[in-house]
Amino acid sequence: MIELQALTKHFGDKVAVDHLTFTVRPGIVTGFLGPNGAGKSTTMRMMLGLDLPTAGDVRINGKHYADLREPLTYIGALLEAKAWHPGRSAYHHLLCLAQSNRIPAPRVREVLDTVGLTSVAKKRTKGFSLGMGQRLGIAAALLGDPRVLLFDEPVNGLDPEGIHWIRNMMKGLAAQGRTVFVSSHLMSEMALTAEHLVVIGQGRLLADTSMAEFIAQNARSFVRIRTPQPEALRDALHSTGITAMASSDGAFEVSDARAAQLGELAAEHRIVLHELSPQQASLEEAFMRLTAETVEYHAHDGEEPPAEGRPAWGEGWKQSEGA
Amino acid sequence: MAATAAVLKSEWTKIRSVRSTVWTLSLAAVITIGLGLLISLLANNEFRKMPLQERLTFDPTYISFAGMGIGQLLMIVFGVLVVSNEYSTGMIRSSLAAVPQRGQFLFGKITIATLLALVVGEITSFIAFFVGQAMLGSHRTQISNPGVLRAVVGGGLYMALIAMFAMGCAAMLRSPLLSLSILMPFFFLISNILGSVSATKKVARYLPDQAGQKIMMVVTRNDGRPYGPWVGLLIMAAWVAAALLGGYALLKKRDA
Ligand SMILES: Nc1ncnc2c1ncn2[C@@H]1O[C@H](COP(=O)(O)OP(=O)(O)O)[C@@H](O)[C@H]1O
Ligand SMILES: [Mg+2]
Repeated sequence: MIELQALTKHFGDKVAVDHLTFTVRPGIVTGFLGPNGAGKSTTMRMMLGLDLPTAGDVRINGKHYADLREPLTYIGALLEAKAWHPGRSAYHHLLCLAQSNRIPAPRVREVLDTVGLTSVAKKRTKGFSLGMGQRLGIAAALLGDPRVLLFDEPVNGLDPEGIHWIRNMMKGLAAQGRTVFVSSHLMSEMALTAEHLVVIGQGRLLADTSMAEFIAQNARSFVRIRTPQPEALRDALHSTGITAMASSDGAFEVSDARAAQLGELAAEHRIVLHELSPQQASLEEAFMRLTAETVEYHAHDGEEPPAEGRPAWGEGWKQSEGA
Repeated sequence: MAATAAVLKSEWTKIRSVRSTVWTLSLAAVITIGLGLLISLLANNEFRKMPLQERLTFDPTYISFAGMGIGQLLMIVFGVLVVSNEYSTGMIRSSLAAVPQRGQFLFGKITIATLLALVVGEITSFIAFFVGQAMLGSHRTQISNPGVLRAVVGGGLYMALIAMFAMGCAAMLRSPLLSLSILMPFFFLISNILGSVSATKKVARYLPDQAGQKIMMVVTRNDGRPYGPWVGLLIMAAWVAAALLGGYALLKKRDA
């Protein structure tokens, strides 16, 4: 269990992490979500005692990281930036870490095997690809067979094969009952792996909720209808009291009726349909709404402001929070 | 105790598994011995042309260590790289995540690197002495003469201490480039200049290298240093201690 208590970090005037309080619960995958610059990496470095908090506290099983003896046997971490000497072989990198925590040397071979680096174990890591680097980082995290694992943006910059591999790895670790705390700036990534979500923006806690709850509160479902007779459809819907919103590509979006009902209605009025499809607003959108107010670097590429008729940025979250 | 042993073992693995250790230490040895050989040979050939004053204070032991001035620079590179590579590569984050007791990490690393520098330094010093004496012909001295063994053992101690000083500075400065660009010119030029300019001469004698080099001298008439060989080495050790404490104090409170 990892407990954060009003954890705060300033870099000069910049407040990177702002009174974060939450608990990483044991035995599940917790997603740590936030846009770039939200303070995820800084928080994780503080968990590991690498960055010293400006204020507040973070404890691993009730202890400060610096008070852990042989910490690699409690908690393993894959950090964002690479953390090894490129002139040292993968084997020796892992061996020196193992020795410092009195982990038996044969374990090095085991983790190299687990991550599939055995054939390049004796090569200097200088020539490693991004994917091989991530594997080495994961091997280091697994070295002490820890119950708790931290992964900071583990799939960043990886090819689809690498992403797939890491996802399966995390699922496997969780299935073994380990605590996994994984950060990402992509909701889609979390949706696939996390059971619990902690969302931050500009260093502040925005949500601490189970994935199921987050989906229930944030995933808007609707039916998309496309027809060559928009006027007729609009009238038919209107007569039954169903509201339809025109979407930008000429289709209609209906949230207060189900597809079957709408199909029958169209048949009744002899309206031709080109599309009738139930839709689920993506969690990505929900996440964007939640964090939009806190996004540090807005894209200034002429992006449109939120479309009319949609809830304003951040509104959705406030509503569900009040609910 | 067990934890300390584990950290030492780990640091030994680190130091032996990168190439910079091998090339800096072997270059330090080769340069110190090689230059000592050349300069001893030259001194022997030119002895009769030397001014009387120099002939009277001729120190055959110290002349065989003439390569130390350049050789120490490689020891400095060794010391700087051992520490600052942790920062320049990002390894420091793995290291401190594995050993969060920062003092134990830093002093474990420095202990291992110093022991290695000491072994290489002593071997280098003894070889430089015997090779140098072999070149000096009739002007040579014997290891059994008063003060000579102390000077030769001291040569190895000096090399280890200068490497330690570099480690302390690198722990404070973190960047290998910054550390080297301060330490190399300082020990190659600035210290020597300060030592020969009359205005700064007296103060320069207390700089780490000038104080430490006293241990390698046997004939010390007119060397202008108002302290003996061991006190000189102690002055150098005080500098080293200050650098290490500074490095530790900064490591303790800085983000990795
Ligand atoms: N060492 C540092 N010095 C100064 N500012 C930093 C440092 N590390 C992070 N920051 C700043 O703190 C904020 C949070 O950064 P980070 O934790 O890396 O965010 P994330 O991992 O969520 O993208 C950013 O604005 C970043 O620029
Ligand atoms: Mg980050």
